[in-house]
This record gives sequence, C-alpha cells and structure tokens, in this order.
Amino acid sequence: MSTEVLLVEDSAGDVRLTREAFRDVNAAINLSVVSDGVEAMEFLRNQGEYIHAPRPDLILLDLNLPKMDGREVLALIKADSHLRMIPTVILTTSDAAADIAKSYQLQVNCYLSKPAQWDAFAGLVKNIIDFWLTKVKLPSQRTTQ
Amino acid sequence: MKTIEGKYILTDVLLVEDSPGDVRLTQEAFRDANLLVNLHVATDGADALAFLRRQGHHADAPRPDLILLDLNLPKMDGRQVLAHIKEDDALKTIPTVILTTSEAEADIVRSYQLKANCYLTKPVQLDEFEGLVKSINDFWLTKAKLPQQRVSLAN
Repeated sequence: MSTEVLLVEDSAGDVRLTREAFRDVNAAINLSVVSDGVEAMEFLRNQGEYIHAPRPDLILLDLNLPKMDGREVLALIKADSHLRMIPTVILTTSDAAADIAKSYQLQVNCYLSKPAQWDAFAGLVKNIIDFWLTKVKLPSQRTTQ
Repeated sequence: MKTIEGKYILTDVLLVEDSPGDVRLTQEAFRDANLLVNLHVATDGADALAFLRRQGHHADAPRPDLILLDLNLPKMDGRQVLAHIKEDDALKTIPTVILTTSEAEADIVRSYQLKANCYLTKPVQLDEFEGLVKSINDFWLTKAKLPQQRVSLAN
C-alpha cells in the first residue's frame, strides 16, 4: 500500500515545489493536494467529490488559507476522534511566535516554516519525507479507521 | 538552533529513560551532534513529572524544549507520563517524542491518541541508534520551530 500524504496549500508555486521534491525522493508516495481549508475537511471526511479520497498517513498544512484557515482546520482535525491520530505538520511562511505557540496549543505534531530559497524549501521537504515517512512510526491505516 | 539577539543559547532536552546504556548512548550521540544541547535525564516517570513541575529537588529545573520519553518505565510508565503532559496546559505545548523499543501497533496508536508529537522505535544496532538521535537533533532542534519559553508560559 502506498503512503498517502495530503498537502493543504493555496500557493501554486509551493505546491509545484513540494510535488517535485516528493517525486525526487520517493515516487511511491501519493501526494494529494487541496487548496483551501474547506476542501481539506471535505477530503478528510470523504464528503462531496472526495467520497473516495484515501485517508492520509501525514498532513502538511499551511496556516493562511482561503475559506477556512489552517488554525481552524488543525483544531477540527485534533478535535475529531477519527482524524486526530493523523500526524499533522504545519508548513507555513509564518515564523511568528504567536502562530507557533497557538499551533502547539492546538496539538500540532510539528511546526515548520518555509524557507524563502527554493533549494532550501526542497531540502526541507526531503527532511520531512525522511523523518516522518521513514523514521517515525505512524499508526497503520487499519487500526485508525 | 535557539538564538537570542544573535547569540546561541542552550537547548534543554529532557530524556526520560531507565536504561543506563541507552542514556549513555543518547548523551554521546547528542554530544557529537550538537554541543548546544543540555540533556537532562529522569530515570522513571514520577521523576520526569517532578522535573517538569519543578517539585522537590527539581525546584530549579529548566522547562525543556523537547522531551524524549520511553514507554516502559519504573514507578509511572511513559503512557501515563504522556497523558499527564498533554492534559496540563502549562506543559502540553512541549513537543514530546516517544522513543521506545516497542513496535507494537497498540503502543503506537495509544501514543498518538494521547497526543505524542511523534513515535520512534530504538534501533538495536549501535550505529543506527546514534543515527536516529542525530535525526532527532536535526529535525526537532534545527528544522522544527519550537514554542518559545516566554510565549508558551504566558498563554
């Protein structure tokens, strides 16, 4: 079974960079992308056009998003007993102390800020893949459904 | 890497581990990876909570930036320690990484339910163990943004 990652990101450029970095490191990872918070929740709850969406093994979540922002999405994920076990990593341009503190209060698994340089960004995506998808033990799909 | 006005300051890590061999290995791996880590060790669950709550002889303990928590511990086990940390408003923002020999699915699921930030298993091979500690240092202490002490205490 392939590893499923959900990227919640509204910047087309960042989506493209993340896709390329994933492809370079491990083509077996299936990266799904949604571009706002409402879509993210529909994807995770298999609603509407996402009725057959896979359950992600890892969520990469931007904070500043259209319709519903990443803080609200994070709060909904961590308040939902079916979703809260999915490791959720904030990946944002913000390095404001208030955003970092708030995210950890909302029980984010980890907070990362996007480097401005694209090669550093690609490097960070590789670090995420290496740490979260090879080192970390994730709950298996079977036991978390 | 934590800096204040451009100066590097020490990062405090609390290791909760009862195996002296694993404590020693972790200390050595951190020493090789990052000289700015101040590694504190608690050898059972009750001692870990006393450290975090600054009780008894831990009255002057620093607030750790990261906690590495074994599951099977004397006095109070790691699952209970984790539950206490994540139910405590003053402590729950400290990233808590499970580091254990257990690969049991039940332990993995239970730890994420209790809001562990991530779950890692200890490799049996020495050099792999060292490599994992380096990955923890690299990911959590250089890449990840951790809540600042000031901000997380104020909220």
